Amino acid sequence: MKNLKPHTKHNIVTFAGLALVWIIVSVMRGQGVLGRSTTGLLVPICCYVVMALSLNLTVGIMGELSLGHAGFMGIGAFSGIIASQSLLNIIPSVPLRLITAMLVGAIFAGIFGFLIGIPVLRLRGDYLAIVTLAFGEIIKELITCLLVGVDEHGLHMIFNYRGLKNVDDLGLSPTGQVIIKGAQGATGTQPIASFTAGMLLIMVTLFIILNLIYSRTGRAIMAIRDNRIAAESVGIDITKHKMIAFVMSAAMAGAAGALYGLNYSNLVAAKFDFNTSILVLVFVVLGGLGNMRGSIIAAVLLYVLPEALRGMHDYRMLIYAIVLIVVMLTTNSPVARNLFSRWFRFGKKGEEDA
Amino acid sequence: MKKAMSLVLALAMMLALAACGGGSTTTTETPASNTPASTTEAPAASGAASGSFKFGASGPLTGDAAIYGKAAMNGAQIAVDEINAKGGIQIEFNPQDDEADGEKAVNAYNSLMDWGMQVLVGPVTTGSAIAASAVAFQDRTFCLTPSASSTDVTANKDNMYQLCFTDPNQGTGSADYMAQNMPGHKVAIIYRNDDAYSQGIRDTFVKESAAKGIEVVYEGTFTKDTQTDFSVQLTAAQSAGADLLYMPIYYQPASVILAQAKNMNYAPIFFGVDGMDGILTMEGFDTSLAEGLMLLTPFAADAEDDLTKTFVAEYEKRFGETPNQFAADGYDVVYVLYNALLDSGCTPDMSAPEICEKLIGQMQQTTYNGLTGQNMTWSANGEVSKMPVAVVIENGVYVSA
Repeated sequence: MKNLKPHTKHNIVTFAGLALVWIIVSVMRGQGVLGRSTTGLLVPICCYVVMALSLNLTVGIMGELSLGHAGFMGIGAFSGIIASQSLLNIIPSVPLRLITAMLVGAIFAGIFGFLIGIPVLRLRGDYLAIVTLAFGEIIKELITCLLVGVDEHGLHMIFNYRGLKNVDDLGLSPTGQVIIKGAQGATGTQPIASFTAGMLLIMVTLFIILNLIYSRTGRAIMAIRDNRIAAESVGIDITKHKMIAFVMSAAMAGAAGALYGLNYSNLVAAKFDFNTSILVLVFVVLGGLGNMRGSIIAAVLLYVLPEALRGMHDYRMLIYAIVLIVVMLTTNSPVARNLFSRWFRFGKKGEEDA
Repeated sequence: MKKAMSLVLALAMMLALAACGGGSTTTTETPASNTPASTTEAPAASGAASGSFKFGASGPLTGDAAIYGKAAMNGAQIAVDEINAKGGIQIEFNPQDDEADGEKAVNAYNSLMDWGMQVLVGPVTTGSAIAASAVAFQDRTFCLTPSASSTDVTANKDNMYQLCFTDPNQGTGSADYMAQNMPGHKVAIIYRNDDAYSQGIRDTFVKESAAKGIEVVYEGTFTKDTQTDFSVQLTAAQSAGADLLYMPIYYQPASVILAQAKNMNYAPIFFGVDGMDGILTMEGFDTSLAEGLMLLTPFAADAEDDLTKTFVAEYEKRFGETPNQFAADGYDVVYVLYNALLDSGCTPDMSAPEICEKLIGQMQQTTYNGLTGQNMTWSANGEVSKMPVAVVIENGVYVSA
């Protein structure tokens, strides 16, 4: 252990912590200690953790504010659902189908990330934020226009942009099944997501991001963030490196979306709106820009909080908001930061550049 | 260190606030605290009945659709209190917030199951109901939703029943009514195409109107984000010569449509469905705009029967507003469930799956007369059969059309 670099040690601790949580939760589930509500939260928590990690790559490492991250999640969710539902008979094995769906979700979100990245990454700062916001909304509206069904002849797809068509126009054979019904979203999806898949996805995402950060490419990306002109002057290809980070961030959000979409039998595109993007951004900001471990912890805590507050009924959302304000104030106050860094001295080293 | 102290104090204050929030609600939330008293006298009154059924409920209590969830929960609460006041087997009622979101509805359902729920009242909105009912189907928990109206809610799930009309039912009902009572009109439709409810009704209406010879001259769409301005759609409808405007939408956007149409001196016949219910009680809405508005609704708060009168009086006393259709739906759901539980011989010590199997058998034999319709019966696929009533708004109140 002695001759390891500090950041490697830090990462080993993070992975060990994740593995420990995984084992503890699995054992508790096996013993039946966890209630139904906690068990039901596991998969969405995993999805939001991956969302927070991937957004942290854009916001924290690349240093660009993106407000349309939920759009990529939506693309991943719906392409994953289409993949899973149309492969029902071809791939009967659930884990294999889930992996396929997540891969399809990641690929599609990655493609869209690339397409969107072409115009978006030419902009900086506030402009980039607004353009990503617009793209997120466009993606949501486009999915709302989709009608998709599957039968023995393959996939049927209509882009219902004037809103005048419905599922009957798909021309499905009697054995066919409708997968996405436009505004009514994906209904009748077979929920196949599992906590194991969620934990694996978190690990894979974290592995990819950490490896990127400490690679030559990652250092280039952070150099661009810290001083664009200096980076350019030493010959770093700005657009290329930004594109790498943006597409990877989108692809991982797509995988998280696929997992999320396959956890519910009904999913509407309206779910992936501005609010969801902001929710994930809050996880990232609260956890600390560029701090992956912080993102994980913040996503878990802030997702569980409103559920844990169910006992308060009408006061639930009020308390949630107050907690959010207090936490933001505390984490921003230098005194509290000192306090925290003394408590968690081991973990904070080498992360202060965020 | 002073700053650190103040932070700690702030945190402590927050916790204290959280604690008293929790404390006060737990006392108001469990009407069970007064059940022992009533159950002790119950055996004398009605025989051996004792104990209490656990009714969970799920609906949007915060967010955009909160008005529906709150109304349904308030209505259900009145029914629960009435039943508990009579003695006999009691009901413990636990309403949970699902924010009209499928994800949160599953969370709410799961936390209700932890609480020991035996039957579910809800979920109130369609998307939530589809998501939660899939889980409830796996668990075998019986659900009766007051107002989730899509056919997808009940499709392929024998444990999921509806108290409201289905969307196709409303589309067909509207087309039938127009074909019979107002033939020869040119119809324009404005609907929200990112909403399952609105799109569902529009789809069947268009299909039915083609079959019944109703002429649809214009269709305008909007989404959640564009529901504040309808001048484009209204101008297009007007220039297409439409003299009947069909609005299968909720009442908030409809109120904007009514105001804008008035400003541009466009006065077709406005025709809505059950989502229009509630427009008269909307805050800041000029009710004169709704004069002549027609809507299909199962419930009219000015009906003269005793049941409606008592309910409306009680609701107004407690919540300070006129109940809408969702409140009436919530009220009926509790009674339908309670009666079906008693008729099928369920007892409070039975588990949710046992109750579910009994209720599935019982529901198809049930006939119920309630606030939202007479002689309601249920088919095996969970859909209710009752007659939609067309009402027209005159002088700020519903009058049967």
